[in-house]
Amino acid sequence: MSLPTDFALAVEDLTVSFDGFKAVDSVSLYVDPGELRVVIGPNGAGKTTLLDLICGKTRPSGGSIQFRNRELVGMAEQKIVRSGVGRKFQTPSVYPKLSVFENLEVSVPKGRGVWGSLFFSCNGAVRERILEIARDIFLEDELETQAELLSHGQKQWLEIGMLLIADPELILLDEPVAGMSVNEREQTAELLKRIARGRSVVVIEHDMNFVREIADKVTVMHQGKVLAEGSMDKVENDPKVIEVYLGH
Amino acid sequence: MKNAIYNKALGGKSGTIGLAVLAVILLAVFPLAMDTFRLNLVGKYLSLAFVAVGLVLCWGYGGILSLGQGMFWGLGGYCLAAFLKLEAARNIAAEAGSDQINALTTVGLPDFMDWNQITELPWFWYPFKSLPLTLILVFAVPTILAYIIGVAMFKRRVSGVYFAIITQALCWTMELLFVTRQGWTGGINGITDLRTVWGWDIQDPGNQRVLYFVTSVLLLGCVVVGRLILGSKLGKLLVALRDTEDRVRFSGYDVANFKTFIFCVAAAMSALGGAMYVLNVGFMSPKLVTIEPSIYMVIFCAVGGRMSLLGAVYGTLAVSFGRTYFSESFPDLWLFLMGGVFILVTMVFPLGLAGLVDRLIGLGRRRPSPTAGARTRKPPVAGPVTSPPG
Repeated sequence: MSLPTDFALAVEDLTVSFDGFKAVDSVSLYVDPGELRVVIGPNGAGKTTLLDLICGKTRPSGGSIQFRNRELVGMAEQKIVRSGVGRKFQTPSVYPKLSVFENLEVSVPKGRGVWGSLFFSCNGAVRERILEIARDIFLEDELETQAELLSHGQKQWLEIGMLLIADPELILLDEPVAGMSVNEREQTAELLKRIARGRSVVVIEHDMNFVREIADKVTVMHQGKVLAEGSMDKVENDPKVIEVYLGH
Repeated sequence: MKNAIYNKALGGKSGTIGLAVLAVILLAVFPLAMDTFRLNLVGKYLSLAFVAVGLVLCWGYGGILSLGQGMFWGLGGYCLAAFLKLEAARNIAAEAGSDQINALTTVGLPDFMDWNQITELPWFWYPFKSLPLTLILVFAVPTILAYIIGVAMFKRRVSGVYFAIITQALCWTMELLFVTRQGWTGGINGITDLRTVWGWDIQDPGNQRVLYFVTSVLLLGCVVVGRLILGSKLGKLLVALRDTEDRVRFSGYDVANFKTFIFCVAAAMSALGGAMYVLNVGFMSPKLVTIEPSIYMVIFCAVGGRMSLLGAVYGTLAVSFGRTYFSESFPDLWLFLMGGVFILVTMVFPLGLAGLVDRLIGLGRRRPSPTAGARTRKPPVAGPVTSPPG
C-alpha cells in the first residue's frame, strides 16, 4: 500500500519476463504532471515493452504502475484508457476504411457503451471539437479522405489526434516521427510541445535532434534497465550512455 | 430528425432507390406475376433471407463468421411451431368431442407426445399456450442463447475460425438434442400438421398470400433496422473492430460487448425468419437447424454481398431459386455448381452481387467517384463502409 504522491506516473520496480528473458528489469520511473519525458535507448532495450506495460497490453510479472495514485497493473485495457491514458503505437494504427473525420468521431470519449454508441449523435459541439483537433494535427483539409490513403506522416498525426480528442492526462507516444520528412518532424515537434501543456507525455524516440528539441527530461534504457536519467545535456555526456548508445 | 431518417434509415438517395426497387419487386412484381404456390415458395425463401441480412451485420460489418445461424432460426421457428401445435391439438380435441376413436389421443397434447407415452404437458411447453408470450419467446430464447454464447466466447477473445467451428458444433448439438428428445420436440419428424394461428388458417391460399406480404414487410423492416444500426457510431465501431480490434480497445471500448450485441441482433433477426418460415410452410424440422442449412445461409449472404443488406435478400432469392430448379434437374451437378459459385465469390467477387452491381453502376456513370447526390458528409472515395450500407 504506497503513499499518495504528486507524480503523474510512478513506475516502481516494474519487471516482465518472457520465457525467462527479462525484457523490463526492475525499472523505476517518475514523471511529473506537465512533464515531457523522452525514453531513448538501443533497439531491444525494452522501451516499447515499458509502454505496453503501462497501457495494459502486457501484464508485468512484478512491480507497480501508479497513475495519479491509481494502480494500473491488472486493469483491463479499455479501463486504463478511460482513466486518462492514451497510447500511440509504433506503426500508425488508424481505422483504414473510415475517413479522417470518422476516425476522430469514433474516438470521441462520449458514447463508449453499446447503447451510448447506438444513440450517439454527432451534434454541433462534437463537430466543433473534431474540427479543432483536425486543425491541431494539420489535417483540416483531409477530413473526407479515407485514412488508408493518407501519407505515413499524416497517419501518425491522425493517430495523435485520435488520442487528443479523448483528452487524456498521460500520453504515451511510440516513435511519433519515424518515417517523417524533416518538415514533418518540425511540425510534429511543435505539435508535441503544444499538447504537452497541462499533460504528461512520455515519448520513445531515436532522432536525437528531435529529442533535444522537445524533452524536459530524458531516460536512457538498456537491456531492460534504466541506464541514466536527467536533462539531455547530462545524458548526452554520460560515458555509459555514449558507450552503449550514442556512439563514439 | 427527418434528415436523420432520410440519411440513416433510408440511406440517402442511392439507398432509398435501392430499397424502393426491392420493395416494388417484393410487394408488387412477385405477387402480380406469380400464382399462390410460387408466391408461397418465395415466402419460404424470404424467411431464410432474414438470416442473411443478420449475417451482413454480424459477419460483413462485424467480422464475426457464424456457421450456426440455423440454431437461432430454428429456435424462433420451434417456439412459434409449439404454439401452433398446441392450438392444433386443442382443435383436434374440440372436433373429436366425445368420439372415442379420436379420444385415444390425450386431450390437448401434441400427437408426438402420445407416441412417446407422455401423458402430461411438460412445464416448458406451458408458455406456448399464449400467443403474446410465444411472440416474446420467439425473440427472447434465441437472443438469450446468443448472449450466453457471445459473452462466453468474446470475453475470452475467441474469434475467427475458432468461433465459427464452435457455432457449427453448437448447432449440430441442438439438432441432436431435438432429434433425441422425440417426446419433447417431435424428434426427427419435427413439429408438423400445423393449421391455424389464433383461428386463422395458414393453409388457406388467400391467407398464404397475406402471409407473403407480412413476411416481405418484416424483411424490409429488418433491412431498415440494419441500416439504422450501421449508420450510427456503433456501426462505424463495428467496421473498426473488424479491421483493427486492438485499436478499438485502446480507444476505450469494451470490444466484447459490441461483438455480443451485434451477434444478438443477428440472432433475433434469424429467429424472426424462422417464425415466418413456420407460418409460410407449416412445419419445423431439426434437419433445418443443423450444419448444412446454416452454411447455405452464409452462402446466401456471401453471394448477395456480405457488405450489402439489400444484396443479402437478392443473394438468398438467387441461390434458393437455383437450388429449387437446378438441383431437381441436375442433382449431382448442383453440388459442384454450388461449390464453384462459392469459390468464385470468395476469390473474384468478395463483395458478391452487390459489388458487381456497384461496379456496373460506376462504369455506367463514368465518374471518378461513384457517389449519389444527397450524401452530405460521406466521403467521396468508395469503400464498403463509407457508402450507405446495402
